[in-house]
Amino acid sequence: MANLKEMMQDHILDRPNSYIGKSVPRPNAKRLLAGRGTFTDDINLPRQSHVAFLRSPYAHAEIVKIDVTSAEASPGVIKIMTGQEMAKICTPWVGVLSHLEGIKSAPQHALAIGKACWQGEPVVAVVAKTRSQAEDAIDLIQVEWNELDVVVDMERALDSDIPVIHDELGDNLTWQRNVDCGDVDAAFKNADHVIEETYISNRHTGVCLETRVIVADYNPGEEQLTVYLSTQCPHMMQNLFAKHLGLEEHKVRIICKDVGGSFGVKVHSYPDEYATAALAYCLKRPVKFTADRLESFTSDIHARDHRINTKIAVSNEGEIQAFEIDDLTGIGPYSVYPRTSGIEVNQVVNLTGGQYKNRNYRAQARVVLQNKSPMCQYRAVGHPVLTLITEGMVDDAARRIGMDPLEIRRKNLIPDDSYPCTAPTGLPFEKLSHHACLEKLAKMLDYDALQKDKREARENGIYRGIGVATFIEVTNPGATFYGIGGAAISAQDGATLRLDAKGNLIVEISVTEQGQGAEAVVAQCAATAMGISLDKVRVITGDTDVTPYGGGTWASRAAAIGGEATVQAGKALKKNIIEVAGIMLQADPATLDIYNNNVVDKSNNTERISLEEVGRICYYRPDTLPKDYQSELVVTRHYVPKQFPFAFTNGVQGCYVEVDTNTGFVKFKKYVVVEDCGTVINPQLVDEQIRGGVIQGLGGALYEECLYNSEGQFLNGTMADYLVPMAVEMPDIEVGHVETPTLESELGAKGAGEAGTGGAPAVIMNAINDALSPLGGKVTRQPFTPERILMAIGKIT
Amino acid sequence: MKPAAFNYKKPSTLTGVLELLRESGEDSNILAGGQSLMPTLNMRLSAPSLLIDINGVDELFGISVTDNTVRIGSMTRHAELEKSSVISEHIPLINAAMPYIAHPAIRNRGTIGGSLALADPAAELPACLCALRGFVEMTSTSATRKVEAKDFFRALYETDLKANEIITAIEIPRYDQNYFSFIDELSRRHGDYAMCGLAFHAKIEEKIISDAQIVFFAVEAKPIIAVTAMRELEGAKISDVSLEVLQGAVGNDLDPFGDLHASATLKLHYAKELIKRAITSGITSG
Repeated sequence: MANLKEMMQDHILDRPNSYIGKSVPRPNAKRLLAGRGTFTDDINLPRQSHVAFLRSPYAHAEIVKIDVTSAEASPGVIKIMTGQEMAKICTPWVGVLSHLEGIKSAPQHALAIGKACWQGEPVVAVVAKTRSQAEDAIDLIQVEWNELDVVVDMERALDSDIPVIHDELGDNLTWQRNVDCGDVDAAFKNADHVIEETYISNRHTGVCLETRVIVADYNPGEEQLTVYLSTQCPHMMQNLFAKHLGLEEHKVRIICKDVGGSFGVKVHSYPDEYATAALAYCLKRPVKFTADRLESFTSDIHARDHRINTKIAVSNEGEIQAFEIDDLTGIGPYSVYPRTSGIEVNQVVNLTGGQYKNRNYRAQARVVLQNKSPMCQYRAVGHPVLTLITEGMVDDAARRIGMDPLEIRRKNLIPDDSYPCTAPTGLPFEKLSHHACLEKLAKMLDYDALQKDKREARENGIYRGIGVATFIEVTNPGATFYGIGGAAISAQDGATLRLDAKGNLIVEISVTEQGQGAEAVVAQCAATAMGISLDKVRVITGDTDVTPYGGGTWASRAAAIGGEATVQAGKALKKNIIEVAGIMLQADPATLDIYNNNVVDKSNNTERISLEEVGRICYYRPDTLPKDYQSELVVTRHYVPKQFPFAFTNGVQGCYVEVDTNTGFVKFKKYVVVEDCGTVINPQLVDEQIRGGVIQGLGGALYEECLYNSEGQFLNGTMADYLVPMAVEMPDIEVGHVETPTLESELGAKGAGEAGTGGAPAVIMNAINDALSPLGGKVTRQPFTPERILMAIGKIT
Repeated sequence: MKPAAFNYKKPSTLTGVLELLRESGEDSNILAGGQSLMPTLNMRLSAPSLLIDINGVDELFGISVTDNTVRIGSMTRHAELEKSSVISEHIPLINAAMPYIAHPAIRNRGTIGGSLALADPAAELPACLCALRGFVEMTSTSATRKVEAKDFFRALYETDLKANEIITAIEIPRYDQNYFSFIDELSRRHGDYAMCGLAFHAKIEEKIISDAQIVFFAVEAKPIIAVTAMRELEGAKISDVSLEVLQGAVGNDLDPFGDLHASATLKLHYAKELIKRAITSGITSG
């Protein structure tokens, strides 16, 4: 028993003076608020040049001839490069992974060769002394285009009279996946009710405050390429730049300074970024590319363009008996490299209906090419779509049989005591808390009071609706997410902890700070594991020459995976410190601990020797230590989840809206999220992740849409026309937590970055449809604009 | 997104501005608040060879009142109109329009002259000026002239302003206390350009409406004065106005075009909703 007690004392969640679970301020907040952040565009190197791109004005066009004669003579121009020359420096890539069986895509070049496949594809690069001069020169380039027929509507992409974008692929079908679990046909045949519906998720994009920026420099003396990049995954980009420029990986260094939001936009590799790195390599001088807002809209990845036909079987008693979906998604002309554009729909197939007990499930997914901006993973990849249809279907069923939306969920959600178990598609759930979350939500919403208020309002001709949407969320992916398919993307991360000679702790870690507070969370884990105060901790991220190798920030993994690596490194370093302190103090290390920056007597926390003194002796007076003893005040530990492919999280969102049936405007009267991300390391940061996530989901649900005309021209590439929600559009969001730690890690944390986004569209749609139900109207096409709402209730035609 | 090279001059007198304008003609742009011009330059949708910054011309700023009119210098910024007690007392419609004009940061720089000169069909101030039957004063090196707002706005982004002129001031008649002002608009987000907007100005004395001005914006290429609807209201008792008839008249007056965020059908629907709100508001305000 003594051992167990000792073990528990050493457990990260049971440390005295723990920072876990505390809303400590972010160490970088003050710097950023003071305007002293260093974003990539703030980097200016000696002899720096600027690149701007001539981008295709057409969605699909043959490049007949490019004449750069007058552009070359334009003031300040250093180099003009077209696709052919670029291809000699930078090899093309194909965005496929072997675990998405059968996925195909065409080779993609940094600069288009032969033809351009979307409006905004980079075609010619112009390097000049200033960005203005580069843009001046672009105006002088003469390109002769031969416009080609376009593939715009994904519904038509596979028709025989529609052009095939890449001849070598044979057709525009990039990937197809079918799953069939249980006995779907029998379930539908025997069901009391079968409800069919079509849902449309609109193409939208992650709008980062800081656009994509890269400053690349090649030093021929060292044969070293240094790339300052606003990115989520420095090591992945190191691998990719090395691979496609033909460099040794250790000769490529990626430095990621402050990042002004990324949301998945900056987890991919982009043609203009390869081109910038290639130009720096070619010119042997720094080249900067800063995407402007217009080119961000047409060159950043888009996401979530799906049409899904759904079908649900339900009994008179409210038992869900089968789900069936047919998802068609258009991804632009290429599958994006290196993560592919198949993952989003793969999530939809894997997870639709996954929170429910039902085992009869059939899904078809088809991924087609089109002449629009490439589409790929964006915050909460696939989840907003699959939660929209799952929870849309469940509400469809509840309405049909006249059952309360909470009640049908109570009846069908996987019980909290039945874990571990699997989704119908086989994905394992370690432990989820749907029912605990649902009950907490009902309480926070004051559900019965809302129902009463809703009924009373309707008597006065005011249409209010309550929405509920449960969700599951993939976080903390292991190597089966990308690595298994051949991607050079690490699922593992590492932390190096170093005690300096003054007793301070330097943490170098491979997860990255995007503005979400990863550095704060890592510092909390380090300080807690070590027993030192937060002001003594400094966290360094975003430099491939400095940090351990790792994956970076994506799929809600930085805090949980980086945090666990930090905890384990902290515990190991603490052990080393206690060992050497034991020698100094002639004490048994088992009787020592570290508390409040001192090595203390474990039994009563009395100070024995300060960490500063330990540091001083180890670094400056090692001669006072035994000759056969070497202290080690630097420790590295790595962590990767292995027992489960993902740490699934879960939660539920609820909202109360009022729909103005004269204008179609939707007003939020209440918005509540209850989520379970396991151990909450920093409540404030988690809550802000949830809130920010909800706002991004709300944007897609109500405002944001990439609009194209029939020629594939992007119509709303400005912040005035592409509508992201702003402060006035943001409801107050109450956040509640249920904590079910994963037992896979000591920290027990799961991801929290995407849960808000994943559930928001569904809950908003359900609330609107609840409000519209007395009028016989329903919206199923995002964004749920005033116009669509008025059409749904027949106010306009 | 960098502008093409341009020359830049910042005269400190109106004469200096007009001289430059006369010399450069159509090849120059006036820089007032810059809230629309700067993005246009940066996106290279416009590439003037000369930018004449009029922010240093003191005589273009400020608000003054005479017996019959309120005179607003063309460089008067929205934020100043918003705060001005003269405006809120004498031209409540302009004051009420301010919260609808974008966001505080834009109102801090944007000017009334700039808004009128640009003549964005979805902008509030052109419609307000029409509803108030205000005048636009334009000056060149050779003359100063005044044009009534309804004649100033000609077509999409097209006004009566000549290349050698700038707007120097706006003059708005003073109305007595019986006038009722109403402005409302429906936009996707707060501060966005409207999907449809209405500026309404009418005398309501003893509940009888007269001299009504109904001006819709963001529905067609320029502010639309709804003359049929105005006739319907003339002499009517406000509480007896048939909304159905009035909305029908609005339907006759408007021929909306659709844009990215609202179809023509929706705009017309909103126009009818807004006229209803105006009348309802007129009734409540007594």
